[in-house]
Amino acid sequence: MITNADLLALDGKPGDFTVKVRKRPRYIDADKCTACGLCTQYCPKHLEDAYNEGLALTRPIHIDYAQAVPATYYIDPSACMSVQHDTCQICVPVCQSHAIDFGQQPEEVDIKVGAMVLSPGFGRIDDATLEKYSYGLHPDVVTAVEFERMTTASGPFLGEVKCFSDGRHPKRIAFIQCVGSRDLGCNNGYCSSVCCMYAIKEAMVAKEHDPEVDITVYYMDIRTQGKEFDKARERAEAMGVKFVRAKVAGVTPWEKQLRLTYSTLDGKHEFKPYDMVVLSVGLEAPKDAKGIADITGIELNHYDFAQTDTFNPLKTSVEGVVVAGAFQGPKDIPESVTQASATAGIVAGMLEEQRGMGIVHKSYPDEKPMDEEIRIGVFVCHCGINIASVVDVPKVEASVEGMEGVVYHTDSLYSCSADAVKTLKDRIVEHNLNRVVIAACSPRTHEPLFQETLRDAGLNRCLIEMVNIRDQCSWVHAGEPEEATKKSEDLLRMAVAKARGMRPLPEQTVPVTPKALIIGAGIAGMTVALTLAEQGFDSVLVEKGDKLGGSLGLLNHTLDADQTALHLKKLVADVEANKHIDVLTNAELKEFSGFVGNFSSVLAEKDGTEHTVDHGVVVLATGGHEHRPEGYLLEQHDKVITQTELEQQLAGGGKAPESIVMIQCAGSRGDDLNYCSKVCCNHAVKNALKIKDLNPASQVIVLYRDMRTYGYAEDAYREARLKGVIFIPYELEQKPQIAAQGESLTVKFFDALLQEDIEMQPEMVALSVGIVPDGTEDLSKLLKAPLTDDRFFLEAHVKLRPVELPVSGVYVCGLAHAPKPVDETIAQAQAAAAKAAIPLVKGQVGIDPIVSVVEQEKCIGCGICASLCPFGAIEIIKQDKKRKAQTIAASCKACGICSSHCPTFAISMGGFTNEQIMDQITAFGNVTADEPVEA
Amino acid sequence: MGKGMEHRAGSVMVVGGGIAGIQTALDLTELGYYVYLLEKAPVVGGVMAQLDKTFPTNDCSL
Repeated sequence: MITNADLLALDGKPGDFTVKVRKRPRYIDADKCTACGLCTQYCPKHLEDAYNEGLALTRPIHIDYAQAVPATYYIDPSACMSVQHDTCQICVPVCQSHAIDFGQQPEEVDIKVGAMVLSPGFGRIDDATLEKYSYGLHPDVVTAVEFERMTTASGPFLGEVKCFSDGRHPKRIAFIQCVGSRDLGCNNGYCSSVCCMYAIKEAMVAKEHDPEVDITVYYMDIRTQGKEFDKARERAEAMGVKFVRAKVAGVTPWEKQLRLTYSTLDGKHEFKPYDMVVLSVGLEAPKDAKGIADITGIELNHYDFAQTDTFNPLKTSVEGVVVAGAFQGPKDIPESVTQASATAGIVAGMLEEQRGMGIVHKSYPDEKPMDEEIRIGVFVCHCGINIASVVDVPKVEASVEGMEGVVYHTDSLYSCSADAVKTLKDRIVEHNLNRVVIAACSPRTHEPLFQETLRDAGLNRCLIEMVNIRDQCSWVHAGEPEEATKKSEDLLRMAVAKARGMRPLPEQTVPVTPKALIIGAGIAGMTVALTLAEQGFDSVLVEKGDKLGGSLGLLNHTLDADQTALHLKKLVADVEANKHIDVLTNAELKEFSGFVGNFSSVLAEKDGTEHTVDHGVVVLATGGHEHRPEGYLLEQHDKVITQTELEQQLAGGGKAPESIVMIQCAGSRGDDLNYCSKVCCNHAVKNALKIKDLNPASQVIVLYRDMRTYGYAEDAYREARLKGVIFIPYELEQKPQIAAQGESLTVKFFDALLQEDIEMQPEMVALSVGIVPDGTEDLSKLLKAPLTDDRFFLEAHVKLRPVELPVSGVYVCGLAHAPKPVDETIAQAQAAAAKAAIPLVKGQVGIDPIVSVVEQEKCIGCGICASLCPFGAIEIIKQDKKRKAQTIAASCKACGICSSHCPTFAISMGGFTNEQIMDQITAFGNVTADEPVEA
Repeated sequence: MGKGMEHRAGSVMVVGGGIAGIQTALDLTELGYYVYLLEKAPVVGGVMAQLDKTFPTNDCSL
C-alpha cells in the first residue's frame, strides 16, 4: 500500500510495465506511529476538516477518522507551520514514540508491474453549478455529502441535523435531484446513477432522527432501477417522505428560510419555503482524468470518463490497463465492487504465467505439544494514554496475581508495537506459556497480529484470548476511572477463566477439484468460462437449450450501436474452440452434493444420458426471459408486440410503423411483477431511435412511469426527444388501456401535461415487458441457495459480495442475479469468474479452526441444526441406522446458531465451548473476598 | 530526492484506493498476485468512508 503518492509515468508493454511513482512525505514514521492522538491535541493550528466536508475543524497533524487505514497520523503540509514557516514543531517532543520526522523528503520510485488497474473514483461538481440553488450564498443549502456527514453518528454533529444559519433543527427539508447531472449547462449530459438512491437513504435517515420532519424530494425521474431498489423508495414513502415530479428553477434566501421555485408537469409554477435544501450532486469524471489519460495513454469519452465498449466494459484503449469503478462511468458501490473483482479476473488472465511469482509465503515452527499443566501469561496494554489515562493498568495487571493457572503477567506501553510483539514471543518461550491473555484493544483489529505471534512462538493460534479494555472500559467509561478499572479487572478475570479451557484446534484444509461447473451458456456463462480458461482453469458449461447464446441472441444491436450478432458468433466460436471448456447442451443439473472445493454433480441430458462431474466451484448463469403480461392484448392482437419482437422486426428489414405507442413497465413495478427490469427504458429508446432512423415522420409516443435511462443512456434519451419522440408519464393507478376492434387498436391514457384523457389509434403497440429469471426455484432447492421474493438468487452481501451466494463455492451472475444490460452482465460474469477462481488458485480451502462440532453420542438426530444453518453447513447422516448431525467444516462460518439451538447440548463451537462460557460467567461474580461485590 | 526501483514478477499496480481499488487489490492478492495499491490521499477508503449508511439496506458504511 503506497498512500500519499502520485502516479507520474507509465512505460513499457503489457506484462512488463514500469510505473514511476512519487511518494510525498507524511512527516510521520508509519512504523513508529501508534495513532495515540496526542500530537493532534497539542498542534496549535486549525484547519478545515476535508473528511467532514469542512463541517468541522481539525489540525494539520491528524488522522481522518479512527478506523483509517493506514492507522498512521499525517501532517497536511499546506497548513503545518513547521513545513510552511519552519517554526512550531510542538508535536515533535510530544510524540512518545518519536515518530515525527520533518526531515522526510519526496521520493520517486520506479515499480515494475505486469498490468495496471485504474480506479481513481470520481470528481465533484463545481460550486459554480450549485450557485443557482444559492449554495455558498446561504448556509442552509448543503450538498448531499455534507448532509451525510451531518447525519453520521460519529460525524461532527454526532448525527444531529442542524441549520448552519442559527443551529435550529430544520422542520422542512427539500432534496433537489439531478444537480450537476442530466444538465448540459455544466456539460454533464449523463445521469449519475446514484443520487436517487442516496437521496432516498438520507431522507429516511433524517426521518429516523426526527419523524416530524417534512421532507420532499423534487425529481424528474426516480431512477431506482437496481435490485430491490424500488422497495426502498416504497419504504421511504411509507415513512412519509414526499416525492414531487418537478423541475426546480432556483432557490433564493427568504427571510430566515429558503424559497424553492419549481414547475410541475401540468405547467404550473409554484414556490415553497424550506428550512434546509439538500442538493443531490452528481458524480463527475475525476479532476485529474486528463492527467491520468496523458500518463497512461488511455482514451476518455466525451465526458472525460474512461472510454470502454459494451463487450469489453473494463478494458481501456491501452492493452494491459483496465478500469474499475466510477472512472468507468458513474455507478454505485455494488457495481464498483463487481467491476473491481472483474478487473482482478481480467488481469489474472493477462498475467497467468506470472501467477504466484510475487507472493511471499511465510513458514512457522511446528506447534509444541501441549503440557497437562495450564500455564497462562497475561499481558496488559497501556495503549499509550488511550487506556492508561483512565484505567489503572498496574492495578489491573496485579489483580491476576495468584489466579489459578497464571504463571506470568506484565504490562506494556503498546502491545502491538514491533518490539512488544517480539517481547511477547520471547516471554512465551521463556516461561513455557501455553495460553495467552491480552488485555488491550479490539480483537477485530489486533487478534490476527497476536495469533501470528503465537504461531511464531510455536503455539496454536487458538490459544489466545483478548480482553478489550480500551473500547469497553477506558473509552466508554472515560469519566469514571475507578469503575473502568474495576470493569477491566472483571473482564480480565473472566478471560483468564475462559482461557483455562482453551485447547489447540487443528488447522484443517481440504483439497479443491480444479474445475468449475457453469450452469447456463448465455453471454454470462460463456464469459465466465472464457475468463476462467484465460487463467488456466477447466470448466464444464452446461446449457438447457440446444445452442449457446441465451438472450443475447434475441438482440440485434445495443444503444452504442454495437452489433451483437457478430460478437455473439465470435464468443460462441471462442468457447467451442477452447480446450479448457467442455460444453454440454440439452442438459440440466439433476443432482448436487458436496461442499466448496469438492462438489459432485449429476448432469442429465434430454435423452436420459447422465454425466457425473466433480468440481470445486459452481457458477449460476441461468439467465431469464421476457415476461408476458396479461391485460395488454399481447397474445390476442398481432400489432401488440414486445420491444424484443419490435427490435427483430426492425432489424429484419421490416417497415417502420407510421405510428406506434410504447408502454413502459407493462407488467412490471407493482403491475404483476414487483420490480423494475432495468433494461426496458433503454430498449424502448433504442427502438424509438431506430424507427426515427428508418422513418423520421413516424409518430412515436412512449408512455412511461420513470424514464430510467441511467448513465450515458441519458444521451440517447435526449437524442430521441430532439428527434421528436414524445414521452408522456403515467401513474400506476391510471394505467394506459388498450382495446382492439378488428385490426384497429385504441390506446387510452391520461396526459398529465394537458390534464385530460387522450385516445389514439396507433398502427402498433410495443410493450416493455420486463424480465423474469429462468429455473431459479429448482436450482435453489438443489443448491440450498436462497432466492429473493422476486425469485432471483440472493447474494451473500448486496454491497460487498455481489456475486457470491451465502453457500461457499457458489457464485451468480447475469439475469439469474437480477435484470441488467449486456455490459453489466459481462462485468458481473468476469467478477464471478474471478471469485470462483480464488479457491481454484489456492488448490485447497482453509478451514477456520473455530467451527461447530457435533458430539455424536449426545445427538438425537432431530435435525433442528440442519434446518437452521444459514450456510448449509450441517448434514444429517446415517450412523448405525440412526440419524446424526455432522458439520461440513469447509462450509461452517462459526455463527453458533446450531450450538445455541441444540436441545441436547450436543453441538459446541471450537474455542467457545459451553464449559468455557459457563466458566467465564461464573468468574464474573467470583471476586476475591476483600473486594465487596456491588449490585 | 531519493530514487528507488522495485522489481517483482507477478505484480500489479492499482491506481486509486477507494472501494473499487481496495476490492481489486484484495481479489488480486487472493488470485496469487502482488499488488501495489497507489493512493493520492494519506488514507485509503475513498468516498465510501465518508458515508454514514448505505442504500438500500441502510447498513453501516465504514
